[in-house]
This record gives sequence, C-alpha cells and structure tokens, in this order.
Amino acid sequence: MANPLRAEVVRLYKNLLYLGREYPKGADYFRDRLRAAFTKNKSVQDPEQIKAMIARGEYVARELEALYYLRKYRALKKRYYEE
Amino acid sequence: MSGRVLVGVKRVIDYAVKIRVKPDNSGVVTDGVKHSMNPFCEIAVEEAVKLKEKKLIKEVVAVSCGPQQSQETIRTALAMGADRGIHVEVSGKDYETLGPLQVSKILAALAKKEDAQLIILGKQAIDDDCNQTGQMTAALLDWPQGTFASEVSMDGAQVKVVREIDGGLETIKINTPAVLTADLRLNTPRYATLPNIMKAKKKKIANVKPADLGVDLTSRLEVLRVDEPPQRQAGMKVETVEDLVEKLRDTGMV
Repeated sequence: MANPLRAEVVRLYKNLLYLGREYPKGADYFRDRLRAAFTKNKSVQDPEQIKAMIARGEYVARELEALYYLRKYRALKKRYYEE
Repeated sequence: MSGRVLVGVKRVIDYAVKIRVKPDNSGVVTDGVKHSMNPFCEIAVEEAVKLKEKKLIKEVVAVSCGPQQSQETIRTALAMGADRGIHVEVSGKDYETLGPLQVSKILAALAKKEDAQLIILGKQAIDDDCNQTGQMTAALLDWPQGTFASEVSMDGAQVKVVREIDGGLETIKINTPAVLTADLRLNTPRYATLPNIMKAKKKKIANVKPADLGVDLTSRLEVLRVDEPPQRQAGMKVETVEDLVEKLRDTGMV
C-alpha cells in the first residue's frame, strides 16, 4: 500500500472499529464484516482507488453516527413526549 | 464577563439498556451495566461547544459529580469540545443519596468559584427524571433560568431562549449570568469520535471534593422502595363488533 495512505487507512479502520462497538446487530458482527471488507481490498495499489475507498469508509462512519443519533432521538422522543 | 460556561454532565445507565430492579427492591442494578452520558447532558455540551465555535463564549468547563467512573463522562464531554473538566468526587453512601439539591449546591458553589457566565444543564436525567437541578441551581444563585430550551441565541449580555412548553413555544429574554436547561430539540450532539477522544486526553480534569466547596451532602430524602412498573396486561382480540360490546359490558365499561 502507498505509504502516506497507509496511515489514513489504518486510522479509518480504527475509527470504524470504535464506532462499531455500538452497532445494533452486535459489535462482533460489525467487526467481522469490517475486517472482511478491508482484507478483500488489501491488494489494491492505485492511490486514486484507495482514496475513493477511504472516502466510502468515511461515508459509512457518518452513516453510523447518523444511525446512532436517530435511534437515540427516537427512543427519547417516544419516552418523554406524548404525541 | 468571563465568557465561561459550566456544563453539568451526569453518568447514567445507558438509555438502550433494559433496567433491572435489585431483588431486595432497594434500587436498580448498576454493577456491570453499561453507563454513558445522559442524553440531555450531551445536548447541553453540544450547545456550549456551539456557542464557543460561534465565538460567543470563551471557555467550556464540563462538571460531573460522582465516583471515579464519572471521569469517563467528563472525557466524553472533552472529546465533544469542552476545554477542561472538573470532577467533584462523591462516592459510596454519599453518591447513593446524591440528588438534585446536593448537585445544585455544588454547581452553585462552582459557578461562583469559576465566575461562570452561563450554566447549561440537561433538562432531566434519564435515571431519576427529577427535572430539578437546573431550577434549583438558578434559585440558589438567584440567576434567571431558561428551561426546556429548544433554541438559544446570545444578544450581548442577554440570552434569548425559546422554550418548549405544553401550549407550544415561549420566547423569553434573560440577563446573564443565567442557567439554561436543554431540551431534546435544541441541537444534534456530535459523536465523540476516536481521534477527538485521543486529543481530549491532553485536556485537564481537576479533582475537587464537596467539602472544599463547603457543600453539605446530607440528603433530605430516603428511598423506601423501588419497584418495576406493572406488567402490561395482554390484549384480547375479538371477532365481531358484537363481541367487543359484550366484552365491554362484562367489564362494566359500557
């Protein structure tokens, strides 16, 4: 893997792993799929492709944050606000 | 004005955890249960950090009262953007009886000591649902209060607060220093991501004892018993409208 990008990929992986701890289907489920996704693309060398994949990974991270926020918001709304 | 905002954060059992009552009905099982920051406190921290990002205030100080583990909650607040933390150490029996009155006394003492311009709290904690700490703190300090805030804007030395009340929305303007309590729709709290948590490790958390602040923690309340809510009765399905009317007559409702 290209050297400066390697650090970014590792950072992305650690970030996703940290976010995945709260995954509704279980942290292990998430971690297995995360590992599979990263090892599948292990041999990619083209920096452009790697950057695109990192962007996709960051997109997934944002989606997870949105998922967690919505879950919490809906739970609290249901509990505290009579509709 | 010092431009300093105190944000109170409470460590509570995570909102998604199923609560279990202890077999002796003395309380709720907390050992080994996942804890996190009270969701309304997250919203309070987010609002304070937003005010700092808009350069309306200078410093955000996160405060938590509790045992050693409360430091984790303060770390989360630091990761969300607070500048420093104050951990008021309360443990053991004192922690079990710690309620809004004691916390508001602590916050009032800290506000005076830190020369705070604003205190932002969550409107209530999801474990005790008291909804009292903000109001009590304002009363002890004789400061105006903007509770159930769904929108906060600063206008010089005044704060405009849109409050969520039963009839709809109420807009008030109060002078600073003031106490605000955050309601659900005030903002969308940011997630404390791993890089931010790493950066937050460098921020300081001061350790303070309630005795240093001259606060007496004796509680005026005693918890007698904790029970689970009554189990929901299973519903009944009926085939026709006549059956429904008959069942209603049976139970004496019609």
